[in-house]
Formats: sequence, C-alpha cells, structure tokens
Amino acid sequence: MAKSVEYLLEAEGIHAWYGSSHVLHGIDLRIARGQTVGLLGRNGMGKSTLIRTLLGHVTQRDGRISFFGEDCSHARPHQVARMGVAYVPEGRGVFPNLTVRENLIMAARPGRDGQNDWSYERVLDRFPRLTERLTNMGNQLSGGEQQMLSIGRALMTHPDLIILDEATEGLAPLIVTEIWNVIADIRESGIATLIVDRDFRRVLAHSDHALVLQKGLSELAGPAADVANDPALTGLLGV
Amino acid sequence: MDLTTFLIQCLNAFQYGLLLFLVASGLTLIFGIMGVINLAHGSFYMIGAYLAYALAPVVASAIGGGFFATLLVGVVLSVVFGYLLEWAFYSYLYERDHLQQVLMTYGLILVFEELRSLLVGDNVYSVEIPQVLAGSIPLSEVMTYPTYRLFVSAICLVLVGAMFWVFARTRLGMMIRAGASNREMVQSLGIDISFLYRVVFAAGFALAAFAGMVAAPVSTVYPGMGGEVLIICFVVVVIGGIGSIQGALVAALLIGFVDTFGKVLVPGAAGVMVYLAMALILLWKPDGLFKAG
Ligand SMILES: Nc1ncnc2c1ncn2[C@@H]1O[C@H](COP(=O)(O)OP(=O)(O)O)[C@@H](O)[C@H]1O
Ligand SMILES: [Mg+2]
Repeated sequence: MAKSVEYLLEAEGIHAWYGSSHVLHGIDLRIARGQTVGLLGRNGMGKSTLIRTLLGHVTQRDGRISFFGEDCSHARPHQVARMGVAYVPEGRGVFPNLTVRENLIMAARPGRDGQNDWSYERVLDRFPRLTERLTNMGNQLSGGEQQMLSIGRALMTHPDLIILDEATEGLAPLIVTEIWNVIADIRESGIATLIVDRDFRRVLAHSDHALVLQKGLSELAGPAADVANDPALTGLLGV
Repeated sequence: MDLTTFLIQCLNAFQYGLLLFLVASGLTLIFGIMGVINLAHGSFYMIGAYLAYALAPVVASAIGGGFFATLLVGVVLSVVFGYLLEWAFYSYLYERDHLQQVLMTYGLILVFEELRSLLVGDNVYSVEIPQVLAGSIPLSEVMTYPTYRLFVSAICLVLVGAMFWVFARTRLGMMIRAGASNREMVQSLGIDISFLYRVVFAAGFALAAFAGMVAAPVSTVYPGMGGEVLIICFVVVVIGGIGSIQGALVAALLIGFVDTFGKVLVPGAAGVMVYLAMALILLWKPDGLFKAG
C-alpha cells in the first residue's frame, strides 16, 4: 500500500434518509486502527441508522465514507464487509435456518491482509457453549448463545473493525458480563470496535473515544474520559 | 393390473415426478429465496424442449452432433440465457410487489411464445431418441420398458442428488439458505447477494430447460407445453410448501404417481385427480407438506 493510513474509518458529513424522513443530519466519525469508539444516545436518535449507513445498507445517504483511505461512499454492503468490517447487528442476525456450525463456516474468510488466525476451532475454543450446540439450528439457541454465535461469526471474517449494535440487549446479567469480557478480548487482540449499548458507563469504560447522538446530530464527541465527565452527558442520555 | 404393468406404471410415475421436480425446484427456490413469483418458469421448460429440437441439426453440422452433444450445448446456452435474463429483467423485481412480478413474468410468457412462433413455427415436433438408448429392457416374457425412460430417471436422480448435496453440504448452499432468511446479514458477511441470486436463477432456468430437453424425445414438442407444466409445477410447489426444496421433491413424486395411476385406474377423471390430491393435502396441511423457514 502506497500511503499508510492512520484511520481505518473516516466518515464526514453523513446524512441518511428513510423515504422522506431525514434521520441523520451530517455526522462525522473517525476510528483509528485498533481503537474502540462508543456510540451513545437515547432510543431513536440514529445510532443504528448511522451504523447501517456506514455499512452500505441505507442507500439514501450523503457524505463521504472511507475505509483504509479508500472511498466507500457509494460502496455496496458486501464491498464494505470485504474492507475488513464485521457487523454484529441489533437482534443478532443469526440465520435461524442454518445450524450453528453452518452459521460459522459460511462466514469464514481471510482478512484484508490475509489474516487467518480466527479459525473455526479457535472461535469454538473462545465460545465453548457453542461447541455443545453445533448441530442445533440458529433459532434453537438462547439469546446469549445467539449473541456469541453472532460475535464468533464476525471473528470468522478476520475483520479489522467489528461493529456491535446493542450486543447485550435482553440478556441476563451474567451473560452481559461475559459479552463485555469478549469485547475486551477483541479490543486487546488489536481489532477496532464500534460499540452501541444501553449501559453508557460500561461503554465509556471500554472505549477510547465516544460520540453522543441526538436527533441525528453528533452533540458531544471526544476522548471517552472527557465525554464521561461532561456535564451535558446525562441530559443527552436522559438519565 | 398385473405386477409387471404395475411396475411399468411405477417407473413412469417416478420418471414423471423427477422431471416435474427439476422444473418445480427452480420455481420454489426463486420464490423462496428471491421472493419472485415466476410465471415464465414453464416457458423455460418449453425453451429447453425447443432447444433440443432446434439445436440438434445445428450441433450435428457443427461438431458431428448426437443427442448428448446437443444436451450439453443446450445446458450451456440455458445457463448463459438464464444469467442474462436475471440481469436484464428479474433483478428489477425483487423489491416489487407480487402484482408487478406477475405482470412482468406473464409478459415474458407472451414474448417467449411469440419468439418461438417466429423462430420455429407453431407445429408439433418430435425429437428422436438417441440411438444407444433406443432399445428396451425386458421386464417379463411379453413386457418391455424403454431404455430411454430409465435413462431419464437415472440422470434426474443424479441431478437431484447433486442439488441436495450443494444445498445441504456446500458453503454455496449455506449462503443460499442464509439469503432466504436474512439478506442484509448475508451481505454484511462479504457475500455479493446479487451475484448469488443470479447464479440461483441461472441454475433454476437451466434445470427447467434441461427437463424440457430430456423430456422432448418422450413427450413431443408443442406450443402449449410451457403453460401446462407451469400449472402442474405450481401444484407441486403449493403441496410441497412454498420455498421448500424437500417439499417440492416429495410433492413432485406424489403428483407423478397420482397423475400416472389416475390415468390408468380412473381414466374418466384423470384430469382432476391431481387437483383433488392438492385440495385434500391443503385441507390437511394448509401450508403444504414442508413449510419453509
Ligand atoms: N427502517 C426504517 N424505516 C423508517 N424509519 C426508521 C427505520 N429504522 C429507523 N427509523 C427511524 O429512524 C430514527 C433513528 O432510528 P435508529 O437509527 O434505529 O435509532 P437508535 O438505533 O439510535 O435507537 C427513528 O426515528 C426511527 O423511527
Ligand atoms: Mg438501535
């Protein structure tokens, strides 16, 4: 590669629409290699829409998006994924009609730089619960198991960035803690993450940077510690 | 009915059922995965049959010919044609409602029929059974069974096996099944779903056309054949459970037997037996035998 790029994701002036409703009004977001960014905001403020726009799923969009310095403003979702971006969606996105094993191996792909260290065996090693469920269908799993499968599947694509949208939603406290441990491991392994979660304290504790959305605008952004101490934070989150 | 006649009817029913499955499987997959109601699917079968008829002399003069060479050329052409057809027309239908799909695919039926009329005319044709398979196999002192029909069953069985293997065991099959349940997630795993759909469509087209090609020597080639097979295939798809490939196989074999034995046992009501079977099954299982997903 000719130029070494500092940021794996750079998004500038992102707008998004659903039909005639204008949901995002010009958001800037940058993620450096290996960095964790927390995305906060009350329900309906546009967090999932921002994620889906970056991933290419929202087609009515405007603004500039690049991954590793390569322009992806008009890229299709599979092209974005191949830039090394993995998605753990709201609702987990486990394929209900595929077995656990199939959910994992259908996703297997070497990374952008040929990384191949997240083998099927290593993923099962990290999520031993899945080993007992290999022949179960996706829809026969508990919420926690589905979430592990969704994260394991993301790892099988050897991403440089994993985007997690409400990964702990609806899970029991013990499982929630387990998911946060997994997120910490992912972060430690050098994979960048973009995290959305209700528990803003945990998000801020796990993040390098944070961004708070309100009505499709970025109202507060900066190093996670600064955001955590900003007097405006509680007002923006309605807590 | 003596045992030999019964055996012959069973072989006929089996062969008919398998051929129906080749056509119906594409229909059910295109609906189950892409959500498109493809009324033109019967035309694909018709195109196959006419390809077998019209290509034979061309292939014969170009490379010395033979039925199998014609079949091979026909399959290659079908894959290419199916691929282009998806690109030019069907790819615009995925996000649209059923009325628009029905209108466009019905329009395609008219176009294909008109093209057929212009290119090969409106006559009924027959296609010769290839020399090597022209004989019969003795079943008893007096009864024989045509080798070609056995060949058709055998090659259909091979295709059915291959299809189930691809579907159940390969990553391509997993991607196709995943695409039927969550399109967005499949894309976010780096899979080009438009390309995947195009491949599935081309395969569905080629299977229907192949069925038409191998059926041509036993059933003759005639203008209305596409519409006839379309209706029966919808019966198969509905009985099997829309979108289910296993369901389509079971239903196709069932219809093969009901139709074949209906013609022998109750010749007076042969035409309605299939629909009677459908009505009974739907009363018992309103979503079909194997409801998909
Ligand atoms: N598929 C959709 N079609 C139309 N409007 C949507 C859709 N998804 C979300 N919205 C609207 O866009 C706004 C932002 O939603 P979303 O991005 O899901 O918020 P968040 O993830 O922050 O809760 C909300 O007003 C929501 O109602
Ligand atoms: Mg959301």
